[in-house]
Amino acid sequence: MKNDDSDGSVRFGRRGVLECMTWAGTAMVWTMVGGVPRARLVGSAEAATKDFSFVQVSDSHLGFDKPVNPDTPGTFGQALKAVTEVPGQPRFLIHTGDITHLSKPAQFDLAAQLLTTVKLHTYTVPGEHDVLEDEGKSWMNRYGKQEGAKGDGWYSFNDGGVHFIGLVNVMNLQGNGLGALGNDQLEWLEKDVAGLSASTPVVLFAHVPLWTVYADWGWGTADGAQALTYLKKFGSVTVLNGHIHQVMQKVEGHVAFHTARSTAFPQPVPGTAKGPGPMAVPPGQLRTYLGIAKVSMVSLNTPLAIVDTPLMG
Amino acid sequence: MRNSIAPGIIARRGLLLGTLRLAGGVAMLGATMRVVAAKDGTEIGIDNFKFAPTPLMVPKGATVTWVNRDDIPHSIVCQALSFRSHPMDTDASVSLTFAQPGRYEYVCGLHPFMRGQVIVQG
Repeated sequence: MKNDDSDGSVRFGRRGVLECMTWAGTAMVWTMVGGVPRARLVGSAEAATKDFSFVQVSDSHLGFDKPVNPDTPGTFGQALKAVTEVPGQPRFLIHTGDITHLSKPAQFDLAAQLLTTVKLHTYTVPGEHDVLEDEGKSWMNRYGKQEGAKGDGWYSFNDGGVHFIGLVNVMNLQGNGLGALGNDQLEWLEKDVAGLSASTPVVLFAHVPLWTVYADWGWGTADGAQALTYLKKFGSVTVLNGHIHQVMQKVEGHVAFHTARSTAFPQPVPGTAKGPGPMAVPPGQLRTYLGIAKVSMVSLNTPLAIVDTPLMG
Repeated sequence: MRNSIAPGIIARRGLLLGTLRLAGGVAMLGATMRVVAAKDGTEIGIDNFKFAPTPLMVPKGATVTWVNRDDIPHSIVCQALSFRSHPMDTDASVSLTFAQPGRYEYVCGLHPFMRGQVIVQG
């Protein structure tokens, strides 16, 4: 899948590369009030809040340098800069995986260096691009040792009255390409939430969508539905994913599903291309395809309101 | 990584004729399966998340090379041989020598919906 003018993709001269520097992904700021998360575009007036909030970024793919985006450190760095400008103080940052493109130590090191600029604790779960080598040890050694982490690095924690759960679904991709949690993780999840009151807001995050977005491209988790059965009793469940480099969302009962944009490159809408490779778009439109998210909790009795807005457009 | 078979050095000389002859032999059977010989008989390209040609027929002892022409990395996983390659970035390749006859299925480790077959003749 080479990019050339004939298929509508982009070639960059020097000016084009400079333009790329301005694509930087946006962030979503999630605020939690009264048990319901609410997302606002970083930089928007509505993002200003004194409530508990955190920020989501995803799919930085450091190491990717193809014409679609030859400067992934630049766009990731610009997304993180936007995070530092979020009004109020987000509590932490969640990176929903594919920090690196090829699991190289240098790519992880660069990510760590860039992440220090936001001065927020980073919670993350691996994407499949983070565990390509050494059975995932490069990722595990850096991020798999969160307090209470089990198995391949899954964990939970409480903050702001919310129970957060980081799940790992890329270590054993299924024959159809779908992600999988596996029995050990499912059993852990069932026990992890068993003692929580039904009024506790729950936020799950994992790299591959826990719901089936598009099975033909492996955009789903084979046993994701099983995981969600353990969360039926909760009044507010939010599922944050990455992997598909575009915003998809849906609400089912008390569960809101949301996938985040990439800070590196967009991918096509399911079924609109021969494969899920990087999607080239005209330079002027690229900023509209990259993003970050802020999550807030607000008091609402309605289904979760989740809004993800691109940096531009 | 769980490589039990290291990617081999490519030794294509002498394999070409054998591959073409065997491929023709299968076609004579009238099977619905289509076997297409690669340009050099042992190369499998990866374009748009697809392996081609597949199935690829090679003689025993042939070294098959996968070449990634996508803008996204791929890897080769052949469970029958406990083979799991390193990821191939764009234009990178991975080679594997097939010492025993048989039908070998493989997938991409990152995108297991990508499937292919190598048929090794005795």
